[in-house]
Order: sequence, then structure tokens, then C-alpha cells
Amino acid sequence: MSTKEQCFETQAIRTQLEKSPFNEHSSPIYLTSSFTFEDAESMRAVFAEETEQYSYSRFNNPNSQELVDKLCLLEQAEAGYSFSTGMAAIYCSFAALLKAGDHILSCSCIFGSTLGIFNNIFPDRDIHTSYFDFYATEEEIEQLVLPNTKVIFLESPTNPGVDLVDLELVNRIAKKHGLLFIVDNSFATPYLQTPVTWGADLVVHSATKLIDGQGRVCAGVALGKKELIHRIYLFSRTIGASLAPFSAWILSKSLETLHVRVDRHCENALAVAQFLENHLAVETIKYPFLPSHPQHHLAKRHLRQGGNIIAFRVSGGLDGANRFIDSVKLCSRSANLGDTRSIVTHPATTTHGRLSVAERQAIGIYDDLIRLSVGLENVKDLITDLDQALKQVTETSDGKL
Amino acid sequence: MSFQTDLLNHIPIDPLTGAIAVPIYQTSTFVQEAPGVNKGYDYSRTNNPTREVLENLCAKLENGAGGFAFSSGMAAIDAVVKLLSSGDEIIAVADIYGGAYRLFEKVYSKFGIKTHYVDTSDLTQVEKAITSRTKLFWIETPTNPTLKITDLRALSQIAKEHNILLCVDNTFATPVSQRPLDLGADLVVHSVTKYLAGHSDVIAGLVVAKTEELAQEIRFYQNACGAVLGPFDSFLTVRGIETLQYRYQAHCDHAQKIAEFLEGHELVRRVYYPGLPSHPGYGLAGQQQKYAGAIISFDLHEDRSENALAIIRHLKQFKLAESLGGIKSLVSLPCEMSHKTLPECQRQQSGISDSLIRLSVGLEDVQDLIRDLERALEYGQSVAPDREQDLEQAPDAATVPFPNAPVQLRESCC
Repeated sequence: MSTKEQCFETQAIRTQLEKSPFNEHSSPIYLTSSFTFEDAESMRAVFAEETEQYSYSRFNNPNSQELVDKLCLLEQAEAGYSFSTGMAAIYCSFAALLKAGDHILSCSCIFGSTLGIFNNIFPDRDIHTSYFDFYATEEEIEQLVLPNTKVIFLESPTNPGVDLVDLELVNRIAKKHGLLFIVDNSFATPYLQTPVTWGADLVVHSATKLIDGQGRVCAGVALGKKELIHRIYLFSRTIGASLAPFSAWILSKSLETLHVRVDRHCENALAVAQFLENHLAVETIKYPFLPSHPQHHLAKRHLRQGGNIIAFRVSGGLDGANRFIDSVKLCSRSANLGDTRSIVTHPATTTHGRLSVAERQAIGIYDDLIRLSVGLENVKDLITDLDQALKQVTETSDGKL
Repeated sequence: MSFQTDLLNHIPIDPLTGAIAVPIYQTSTFVQEAPGVNKGYDYSRTNNPTREVLENLCAKLENGAGGFAFSSGMAAIDAVVKLLSSGDEIIAVADIYGGAYRLFEKVYSKFGIKTHYVDTSDLTQVEKAITSRTKLFWIETPTNPTLKITDLRALSQIAKEHNILLCVDNTFATPVSQRPLDLGADLVVHSVTKYLAGHSDVIAGLVVAKTEELAQEIRFYQNACGAVLGPFDSFLTVRGIETLQYRYQAHCDHAQKIAEFLEGHELVRRVYYPGLPSHPGYGLAGQQQKYAGAIISFDLHEDRSENALAIIRHLKQFKLAESLGGIKSLVSLPCEMSHKTLPECQRQQSGISDSLIRLSVGLEDVQDLIRDLERALEYGQSVAPDREQDLEQAPDAATVPFPNAPVQLRESCC
């Protein structure tokens, strides 16, 4: 059985570096900046890209190679490269593939720092971005395609609204207009969704999220067509945003348990979502695997399970949201997500705080919106904590009434 | 070839990838081709490629047949004592490190191993203490904290005549300065936590055996009892040893200057430092050590711990802490810290007076260190005598407050 025929779980566990002469069971950590060569000729050949060998850890390292090899199998991608953060993966991927005068077509519901690159950094390099709504029709999106459009980009499920974008529809547009189709798959992970199978040319990840899953490591990856990855590699190894070997080693270990962790994350999240849906202090809630989610059918088509992120609006406006966040006792107040520990975030004042009120409202980030990253604590304890925090919200609202 | 070049040549290039740094084999087990058929490694308690690089390097440094890395300096000492049997006796240096004293008295005495403590800088005292049951000489030279020097070459002759093993704790001198196996010792132990690792970020120990026969015995106990050093800490220690020679030279250079400064200070009664001609071991240290070391102890004419505490409190560059041998300078009060477990009379006999302050001289600029001491020493004389009363009334010396250093003093760490 070739590794490509193996199932997801087996690939996540059994993809490993070639064993050293010592036959170690777990991969060594190659905490080395450089590698040595037998002779001048072999060194010349490597630098001329005639042969492949490790030379310098800014370029590549056995530990990052193991991580990338594994993720390529999981995402069904041809090749990949790893980065020091998710944002480095996004910046380097776009900067390597685009040039001055190019145009990006992006879904408007994307991570705030990605919006920062598109809106504040790329315009200075004469790369401009137009945005479509996650619910836009095929015609509406096509109207935004310009002669110089090179890329169509999206996140699905979106951050923080947990809306979905139809990958099949976007792929049709991409292929029709010859655009590179790039997906940020951080929320779903390859365990729940594989964008390459829907036609994506490139998948990027903040591996800091569910891939690490334990809040230890910042990292990013880009995975996709070999030719694209090679361009990204040549750019990135010069820029130098490469992943540290120790972080890569930890992430490869993390992937061994991704499927069991994400199974439980999703199971907990569904139970929490069902609880929140019936709570008086919750105005609206979105979770992809609740039948009440407007795109529930699309979610069932794209995702194996509903993921671990829930977006909900509490009663009492900004005050209610603050009251809720201040009242949680078990959940952490943090801006990260995808950790074993459940996290509550207020997107309007943190992850998306740099957007104007109008920009925020256009993508559904209201002052009363809470993003909940459901962790692996016992779900009863989580519900107890959320319940007592929501009671604080209700009491305030009632008091005002 | 110079020592430093030879040392670096003993850190191998990874044969598989060409990695110039030692790979961290963070693996518990190794895959076998058939039961018992492996590639030299089967389980990381028994052996691990990263730890082996460190062990071979240390065997080289100390010129022994085998080196063995342990999870702490105490675990290394423990492995050596395991060579003895019930009924055997140890003759140990009198001002022994408190942790070793505790191990001998509180642990091994239970198993019928008795230890006699003598001033080993006087070899006639050693000879007097020998019985038919003496199996091990336990030596630290220089000692902690008064830096007494024992004549290793002469002592090894006595050991051989009586068929006694000589083990030297070489933590203070390091193999850069002193190689006890070359002077006739059978075993060397190290708290690698100190100069060898050097950056105050690892707890580790080491045993080096002179002969293959002794090495086999230590290897047996290392595997059977299991207090081995982990792969990551082994990597950090190899990294520390790469710069040992340069660090140690600089440590000693700074210490010499500070010792000379202290010796001229009016408040200071005695300075213990083997690089000063006033030190009783000065001549001997010059013969068996290349450098005088970087630990200095001194006490005060006003021999009260309160005066010493006032000085310690006002030091800014020297941090109050257990341990020594790191990049950053440390200060300690042995009577309350490292040597608290010694009985009062043994402590006083060893020169560990109430005002004795121990410095571990680091790699800050030496002029800054001297200025720091100069300023803090001013406070050593301003302590009013009537406050002595308060100290005597303190119910437990372990809770003597250090306003500027909220350190909970514990029983002897080092």
C-alpha cells in the first residue's frame, strides 16, 4: 500500500523522515542552522539546484520537511513549504505569485491581518484587491473580475462569522477566468475539508490553530501545485520567514492526534451550539452543523463535521458582550483559537478592531458578536461556565429594561 | 592539536543529513529488525545517540575510558556510591558539598555504608582514618566554599597502596583546569549544571571512569537505575561545552581581579581564593590546576551573618541564588544555604563562618562587578550591633528575611 492510498489517520501518524542509521522510533530534532557537504562538487550541485540535499535551515530542514510531507498527503497537495507564522505563509505566497499591476479578488470575510496585507501593504506595491460577499452569486463575483485579476482568495468557514463560501462555485469562476484559486483552510483543517479536491491551486494554513491545537507554536504552511510552491519556496527562502525545526517537530507530533482531537472538538462544539441556540441571552447563533445555519446544506457538502468555532450575538449590545466576556470563569479570554482550552474573543475590538465600524458591519462583525473556540474540556463544565456568564448578561439587560 | 580544537573535533557531523549541530534524538525507543537485533540503540534509558555524543565528549575531556550522563549532579554521585557494598566505608573531604553529605549520611548510612570526614588537604589525617573497610576516597578540590586544595597525585598513591578507589568531584576546576584521572584518580564526577553546561539552564551530572572495567560498572548502574540525562538537555550541554574553555578562562580572569580587590578591603577578614599567595593551597593549586577557578569566598571582621546579609542585600550584579558556574554572577551565604545541612561544629571547623559569603564570578564586565562589591560592602559596616538581638530571636534561621531577594531558602542544593 503506497502512502497515498492510506487513510487520513494512518498518513498523519506514519509519515516520517527516513530513519537515521540508529533506527529511532520518533524523529530526531535537527536543531542545526546548516548542513555540511562531502566535497566541493556536491555543494555546487546543490546550490545549482541540480541535486537536492539539505544545505541551510532557512531553506529547508528535515523536521520542516517531515511536517510538509505529511500535510501534503493530508491536503492531497503536490508540494508545500512551511513558515514561521500563518501570516508569513499568506504574505509570502501572494508576494511570490503576484507582481505590480496584478489584482486580487477576495471574499470580504477574512482574517483581519490578511485584510491588513491586502489593504495596507499591497496597494503600495500596486497590487489591489476587490471584495465579494460570502453569499454573492456567481454573476456578482464574475462582475468583479478584471483583466489583471490573477488570484481569487477565500476562507471557509469564515472568521469570525462561521459563514461558508461555495468552493465549487468559486472554482468554476477561477477556471473560467484563469485565476489562481487560493483557500485559507485554517478553521476546517484537512481533516474536515480538502480544498484541493474542490479545485484549489493553493491551500494556506495558520498551523498555530487546530494543527498545533495546544497553543504552543506559531507556524504557517502553503500547500498546492508543485510549480506554485517552487516559486513560493524561492521567494520565501530569501525573505527568511522559515519555520524553526523545533516548532516543526512539535507540529508533526500534533498531526498524529489531529483526527481524535478534532473529532472531540466538533462533538463538544455541536453540544455547546445546541445549548446556546436555546438560551434567552443569545440573540443569534451560527454553527455550520446546526440545521438553523443558513448554509447548513453547503456545510454538509464541504465539511466532514462542523468545526470548533461558534459565532453568536448576545443581548445587551457591546455592554452585554463585555459583561459576558468578563464573566466567563473557565473559558480563556484570548485572541487565539483552536486550542485544547476554550477561548472567548470579542472580534469587534480585537482581531478585527482595526476595521471601521462600517467595514465591520458589512461583514457581520457587530459589537455584540462573540467568537467561541470550543476546546477539549468536559462539555458539561463548558456549558456550566457559559450558562453562568450568560446569566450575567441577562441580569444586566433586565436591569436596563 | 590544541585542547579546544580537539574538543570541537569530538562533536560529530550527522552522518545522515550532514547537520553540523548534533541532532536531538527525542525518541524513547528504536525499531529492531528482529528481537535483540538493532543498530546499537534499543531504548533511550540504555543509550541514546544525542546523549552518547555528550558522553564520548566528556570521556575525552577528562581522558577516561567512558563517560556517563545523568539527570543531575547528585544522580552522578549516587551512581559512584553504588559501586560500594554494605559494610564498606568512605573517607570524604571534610568541607564536603552539603548535598553529597546528605546523600552519605541520610541515604547510604541506612544501607550500612559509613563515611568519615577528614581534612584531606592534610594527608596524614587521611592515612589515620583508613580502615580495612575503606573502599572510596571522596574528594572535592578546590572545596566548596573555602577552596581547600588536596594533593591528588599524592593521595592517589595512598589510594593505590590500600586498594581504595579515588573519586574526585571536578565541578569547580573543570577539565579545562584540572584532569584528576591524569593525576591518578579512578573516577571523576561533575555537576554539569555548573561550568560545563554553563548557562544556568540545565540540571545534569556526569561520571567519567578511567578504566573500561569501571566504566562497565557505571554503565550497568546507569541503565539499571535509570537516572539518565534526556536528549534535549544532552544537546544543551554539548552546546555549553563547545565554549567551555573560553568561558572558564574569562571566569577565572575576572575572579582573580575580584579576589585581589577583596583582599585589600578593610572590612574583609579573609579571602579564600587559590589564586592568592595568601591561600594555603596556592602552591599546590598552581601545580595541579591550570587556573585558580572562579569561586571566591570571604568573611568579615564583624563575623555575624547579619552583616553579611546587609552586603548581599545591596549587591545588584550578584544575584542571590543556589548554584554557581553560570554566565551571570551569583552570591550565596553558605551557612544558611548550601552548607546548612552540615553540623555546626563541622561547619565552623571547615571555615564556614557566619559571615562567609560565596561568590560565583560571572562574565559581566569585571569593573562593574568590582564597583558593585565596593558599593555593597559599605553596608556591611553600617549594621547596628543592637539589631543582632532580632536575628537571634528569629525562630527559624531558614526564614531570615531577604527584603531584596524573596528567595525561600531550602536545604542545601549546591
